[in-house]
Amino acid sequence: MEIPYTVDAHPETGLHNSKIGIWLFLASEVMLFGGLFSAYILLRTGSLPGVWPLGSDILSVPIGTFNTLVLIISSVTMVMSWASLKMNDFSKYKLYMGTTILLGSLFLVIKIFYEYIPKFSHHHFPSTDTFYAIYFTLTGLHGLHVLGGILVNLYFWGPGSKLWKTEPERFSNRIEVAGLYWHFVDLVWIFLFPTLYLL
Amino acid sequence: MSSAYHDEGFWRKYVFSTDHKWIGIQYAVTALFFLLIGFCLILVMRWQLAYPGEAVPIIGKLLSEEGMLTPDLYNSFGAMHGTIMIFLGVVPLAVGGFGNYVLPLQIGAPDMAFPKINMASYWSFFVGGVVMLASFFMPQGAASSGWTMYPPLSVIQTTGETMWLIGMVFLITSSLLGAINFITTVIQLRTKGMTWMRLPFFVWTQFITSFLLLLAFPPLESAAILQLMDRLAGTSFFLPSGLYVGGEVLNVSGGGSPLLWQHLFWFLAHPEVYVLILPAMGIVAEIITNNTRKPLWGYRSMVYSLIFLGFMSFIVWAHHMFLTGMGTTMAAFFQTTTMIISIPSVIILSAMFISLWGGSIRFSVPMLFALAFLPMFGIGGLTGLPLGLASADIHLHDTYYVIGHFHYIVAPGTLLALFAGIYYWFPKVTGRKMNDSLGRIHFFGTFIGMNGVFMPMFIQGLAGVSRRLYDGGTTYLHAQPVLQWNEFMTISAILLGLFQIPFIVNFFMSIKRGKKVSSNPWEATTLEWAAAPSPPIRHGNFSSVPEVYHSPYEYNVPVNGTVEEFVPQNKVLEVE
Repeated sequence: MEIPYTVDAHPETGLHNSKIGIWLFLASEVMLFGGLFSAYILLRTGSLPGVWPLGSDILSVPIGTFNTLVLIISSVTMVMSWASLKMNDFSKYKLYMGTTILLGSLFLVIKIFYEYIPKFSHHHFPSTDTFYAIYFTLTGLHGLHVLGGILVNLYFWGPGSKLWKTEPERFSNRIEVAGLYWHFVDLVWIFLFPTLYLL
Repeated sequence: MSSAYHDEGFWRKYVFSTDHKWIGIQYAVTALFFLLIGFCLILVMRWQLAYPGEAVPIIGKLLSEEGMLTPDLYNSFGAMHGTIMIFLGVVPLAVGGFGNYVLPLQIGAPDMAFPKINMASYWSFFVGGVVMLASFFMPQGAASSGWTMYPPLSVIQTTGETMWLIGMVFLITSSLLGAINFITTVIQLRTKGMTWMRLPFFVWTQFITSFLLLLAFPPLESAAILQLMDRLAGTSFFLPSGLYVGGEVLNVSGGGSPLLWQHLFWFLAHPEVYVLILPAMGIVAEIITNNTRKPLWGYRSMVYSLIFLGFMSFIVWAHHMFLTGMGTTMAAFFQTTTMIISIPSVIILSAMFISLWGGSIRFSVPMLFALAFLPMFGIGGLTGLPLGLASADIHLHDTYYVIGHFHYIVAPGTLLALFAGIYYWFPKVTGRKMNDSLGRIHFFGTFIGMNGVFMPMFIQGLAGVSRRLYDGGTTYLHAQPVLQWNEFMTISAILLGLFQIPFIVNFFMSIKRGKKVSSNPWEATTLEWAAAPSPPIRHGNFSSVPEVYHSPYEYNVPVNGTVEEFVPQNKVLEVE
């Protein structure tokens, strides 16, 4: 009872199952973050004049910019890891995937230790005002997505990579799908950064 | 084929199964159980409406010292009735149950595209259901601000509301996983020759429904996250500044908007209405064409209407919010889209009516339910038009008219169709037929009972009786002329409950004792009937991969001077 097209592409769609699956999942993620961004817009336009602060007055633009760079570079290394598999170079895959995981973790470390904790120590909590509320909710949810991506990547870097020996095609498909998710998380941040930090 | 699975233990086979057929059965049985719970909740509420303040018989002692339903319990029963019926009853049965079981069979697939994700979908639903039920046992009880969870009330209410939100996150995850699976399966795993326009209509409805689940549920998830933040982290997304609770200003930062929740909620909940009705239409279409012994009339226009309907359902949501003080321009926009969306529904309904014309109808039990669906859905749909018009809605909003309207869609509409589906596919699932006589008793009792419950709601609603009164309107002068209907509706509801007993007996008895049938007892043409009767779990669906040669409903086809009574999709149709 083999399920067709788990590895090979369907002749008509040109895609294997999990690639369609991940695109559908990302579509729903767009709606999830879309809902939150709409909430941001509605809350901001509905606030009393002068109440809503300018993001750059409250949040550190240099830290945000640095973190943006960290995520963009991690997206590049993610592609490199997949490309290494396609070129049959497993040790390079390990290197690039490891870098992706480290960069993702660096993003979270900066987020938590240089942004969240200093804010808490200044008594700025989600309950302080609506700006902080949406800031913590949006970046927190994005952070959870980054964490999820790191865990998946860690699995494919460690125990999951055994699949390479038995089914290399299937394994590189999995890395491609994980990569699509990783790029999406990156893209969400690229929208979050200007919305929260600059506007 | 079968040898790969022979050593599977009980847990892998029957509990954490990855076989779409077993998951479908799990979904259906759990959902039927929840439907019963949801019905019991409303039965207690209806007692209170008909006999305000009187002790509830039999279970009264469980509710309060005096044996009556207290106002607080009334509120939480109302909220949980809606939640359970929609999210734990009808959707899991229509999509999780029928979709999982029938869809892969109808397209000739060996299983769902992602069997493990399918299993995760069921268990996520199960956890969500347990969380919802557990909320009844929280201090101060379950959520009590309506199934719509409107803030600020829902934010300042008891811990049951937090449970509701957490449960809902599980349910949304479940339907998300299911939707991804369904769409991928239909796109990738159609068998050879199964082109898009050869798909049975039921598959089309599940396909479009899955898109609604995929794209409409996440905004509710974001809304649930925001409301969880409001409840747990003290934010004020939905709490305006200067909110008074119990005579004191609430100590929050304020600056939020209760309307924001309503927008996010109804952005989900209007497509949700179509999630409730589309699979039902699919089931009815299958049964009608099978029992009239002729092709479905206007198959293509039905499919195109369905796609258009799915698209339009995303831009009508604010017709639930005409009374929130939105501008007339906004109201005009949503009123227009609402009128437009009724067109494809009417096309589908008309096509099914016309399908009856000239058919030699077999009045089997599933057909009785399917036939009853048509006028019932018609009543539900037509009574919705005044609600879609902003000026009429101002009078009717929040009255029993609204309750009557959407229950005609979901109860005598969708539920009758789901019963039809159970009677129709029961022989496929178990290899045995359900008893006809008990089925007929169940049908007439349910049909009359449901109309007895819901028809008077239109009368009460037009008289202006509010839907949220604990005593059913006893203290309101304008409600006096229509109050006597309360008792009538409650007695109808009790009868409706009693007439489910033949169904329950029939259901369990027929699993073991029903009449054994061949693989195609209804002489149908779609592919699920090419599989063995009661196809074994975890052993694939078909003995050999079926190939499809023609459109799904070839009944009474003229072939070479004679008439072929029915030609299954996997049989070559030789027309010269």
